[in-house]
Amino acid sequence: MSKQYVDMNTPVIEMRNIVKKFGDFTANDGINLTVHKGEIHAILGENGAGKSTLMNQLYGLLKPTSGDILVNGRKIEMNNPRDAIDAGIGMVHQHFMLVQPFTVTENIVLGTEPRKGIALDMVKARQNVVEISERYGLSIDPDAKIEDISVGMQQRVEILKALYRGADILILDEPTSSLTPQEIVELIAIMHNLVKDGKSIIIITHKLKEIKESADFCTIIRMGKYIGTVDVDTVTENDLASMMVGRNVTFKVDKPPQEPGEVVLDVKDLHCLDYRGVEIVRGLDLQVRRGEIVGIAGIDGNGQTELVEVITGLRRGTSGQVLVNGVDVFNKAPNFGFKNGVSSIPADRQKHGLVLDFSIEDNLILQNYGKEPYSKKSVLQRDPIFAHATDSIEKYDIRPGGSEKRAAGTLSGGNQQKVIIAREVQNDKDLLIAVNPTRGLDVGAIEYVHKYIVDQRNKGKAVLLVSFELDEIMSLSDIIDVIFDGQIVASIPGGEANENDLGLMMAGGGKKA
Amino acid sequence: MTKKRTFLEIVSENRFLHILISILLGFLVGAVFLAIMGLSVGEAYGRLITSVTSLKGFSYVVVYAIPYIVVGLSVAFSFKTGVFNIGAEGQFVVGSMAAAVVAILAGGLPKVVLIPLCFLAAMIGGAVWGIIVGFLKTRWGINEVLSMIMFNWVAFYLSNYIAGIPAIHSDGTAEATKNISANASTLLPTAFINRAGLCPTANWGILVAIAATILVWFIIEKTTLGYELKAVGSNKFAAEYGGIGVNRSILTALGISGALAGLGGALQLMGMGGRISVFSSQEGFGFAGIVVALIGCSNPFGVLIAGLFYGALTYGGSKLNLVGAPTQLISVIVGTVVFFIAISVIFENLKRIRSRARRNAENAARKAKEEQQK
Repeated sequence: MSKQYVDMNTPVIEMRNIVKKFGDFTANDGINLTVHKGEIHAILGENGAGKSTLMNQLYGLLKPTSGDILVNGRKIEMNNPRDAIDAGIGMVHQHFMLVQPFTVTENIVLGTEPRKGIALDMVKARQNVVEISERYGLSIDPDAKIEDISVGMQQRVEILKALYRGADILILDEPTSSLTPQEIVELIAIMHNLVKDGKSIIIITHKLKEIKESADFCTIIRMGKYIGTVDVDTVTENDLASMMVGRNVTFKVDKPPQEPGEVVLDVKDLHCLDYRGVEIVRGLDLQVRRGEIVGIAGIDGNGQTELVEVITGLRRGTSGQVLVNGVDVFNKAPNFGFKNGVSSIPADRQKHGLVLDFSIEDNLILQNYGKEPYSKKSVLQRDPIFAHATDSIEKYDIRPGGSEKRAAGTLSGGNQQKVIIAREVQNDKDLLIAVNPTRGLDVGAIEYVHKYIVDQRNKGKAVLLVSFELDEIMSLSDIIDVIFDGQIVASIPGGEANENDLGLMMAGGGKKA
Repeated sequence: MTKKRTFLEIVSENRFLHILISILLGFLVGAVFLAIMGLSVGEAYGRLITSVTSLKGFSYVVVYAIPYIVVGLSVAFSFKTGVFNIGAEGQFVVGSMAAAVVAILAGGLPKVVLIPLCFLAAMIGGAVWGIIVGFLKTRWGINEVLSMIMFNWVAFYLSNYIAGIPAIHSDGTAEATKNISANASTLLPTAFINRAGLCPTANWGILVAIAATILVWFIIEKTTLGYELKAVGSNKFAAEYGGIGVNRSILTALGISGALAGLGGALQLMGMGGRISVFSSQEGFGFAGIVVALIGCSNPFGVLIAGLFYGALTYGGSKLNLVGAPTQLISVIVGTVVFFIAISVIFENLKRIRSRARRNAENAARKAKEEQQK
């Protein structure tokens, strides 16, 4: 651990007894936070626990109702982010605030551009950017346009932007939520580099593993209340999880042994192109049987996304067969697959999973609006639709915050996912495809999602799980198929897999199945 | 929320209030122009009001409003379903001409047969005009806005061409079609009009417009068709994922929208015009429809009211020259109203960017509160 750099004598941030009220609702109820020089401090809490509210007060976006904020021992009144920046605080938001068509350099110096007379001095700007990126070991291409670089790179640009403005204290809001596993490793290395240089970092997250890997201390918030601050080295992930949700969380998925039945999904010699017209699935074979979960492990970009798109009918393949219960759904409309037994939890819940402007109840009938009892003679029947929604909300623990009529777009990510799962599981099809089903969810919600996926398996359904979370693949799958370069290169029983072997095979070092 | 909300925040959250204020601002700008021209604001606006509040004046307003309402519904329907029907103008012209051809060539048919036949011809004409554009879009990805604007001109010249065909063209010297058969007219009986003191073109087309309003509302809010079209309009990816045929939905939406615009053309012809002139410029009903849909918030009943408002402005505006004010003043007022309705969209976007972080925080807090209460 990196605690060697922490200087316990110099608290750079102190938030004392912070209370923030919105009307009669208390979002932060007496929260304390102390961060020292050279420290990585995690703020842990469930979705909606008040982490972002706390950080937005530190960054001058919100004003505390009561309580004090001290920076370097001096009490500070922050009215806007400008004040926070002047005090040496920088924030990298979860959704980046970059100008897409501008270059990296232009984005970093934006607002504080070096000038020559009245003209911009872009040569100087570029020099400054290169210099600062070298100093902190954040390699970037200063001339690349933001729209052309990866999400991980964009995040580096955001961090450099804050450093360029003289930040000594960095707030990272859910920094790993859109990164690939490799990028996460790189980010953690960058964070360690920065604290070595005397910076302090506050990281907002609900991912326990990353806290264990990166943070020195962790402050836990639950339902707006301060639960405590712990030395990360002295606690386990399980301790953190139960402090966060207020009950014991099981990571181990209960999965009785079960003999799989006949083949439901049979993919034969599938080929398809990606959006650039390059062949990305290259002769792939795959089978999923009743009562088993087949997990697809692989590094992003090896064809798993396109594979699922072809199975669900969203992408046309070039050749091959996709048999579902013996019916070929290859290159048929999504509806055809659905009618023949395919249901799926899509990777992008906001793009494919939900109509965000629609109410929860309308989203719950997305494939079934045309069937009785939800409609009769093409007229929607509001009463059964409403009853179905009330029932699903209760059964699937969706927390709609008031009404079944609320637009899906106003729900939190976890609840949006629950709406999709409620819908797809209740469709009760023979094949369930789940793509990154727990992305961005907190442990409580993850536990719940896993339970429903395993339930489907136990009920004798075939489940195809595609996930970039190796832990998820290993804990859920009966069989793990490793995908590399558009083919399944290895197929191993779930119980026998270990992370190292899988990692090697995912990188192309595997044996041919 | 403890923070006092600013006036602008309240306005941007309340669509109705916002539109009302836009309308007031429109009149305010109109007043400035009147003042610059040295005319009396009170006299001009007084005239505007008195000319539409008498029974006869109001009957004019209703007659003027009929095509505006129906074309407004056409555009509003397209907004709801995610396509922007800027081609209502062309669909209106085609529908109007289709109704005229039927009314002239089959003029001998009895009223009960001829009138529905004319409506049907107009709706088919408008629908076809919309579906062609939809086909170009779904088949080859041609931007519908561009092809619609071009199709407006195709409709324009097609209508002029048909008006020139001997069987259709007026027997007299007028550069227009023959008058439509009396059996195709929706005018109220002359004796009744005189007795009640209504305008000479008083017709029952308004009943059709009201029926269309209810029907559109029913389709959008109550049917599986409306569900499909709205789903495609607001997220075509999720709609497709859910098994809805996206291309078919776009064609259906444009077909219905076009049929409404075509119906507007028929109502205008059969209730007011009586014949179709050879155009020298576009008549602008389609564009009026866009304004009406905007003012009516794309809500069918809002469109009904907005159509009457627009009718009142057009009719009242035509009386302005009696007090020496130019009729074009109405264009200034309408232009300003649309400007302020549209600018709020820009303004809201700006505000959204500025306060996104703040709002996110408040949302998160609200969600947490609700989950706590649960």
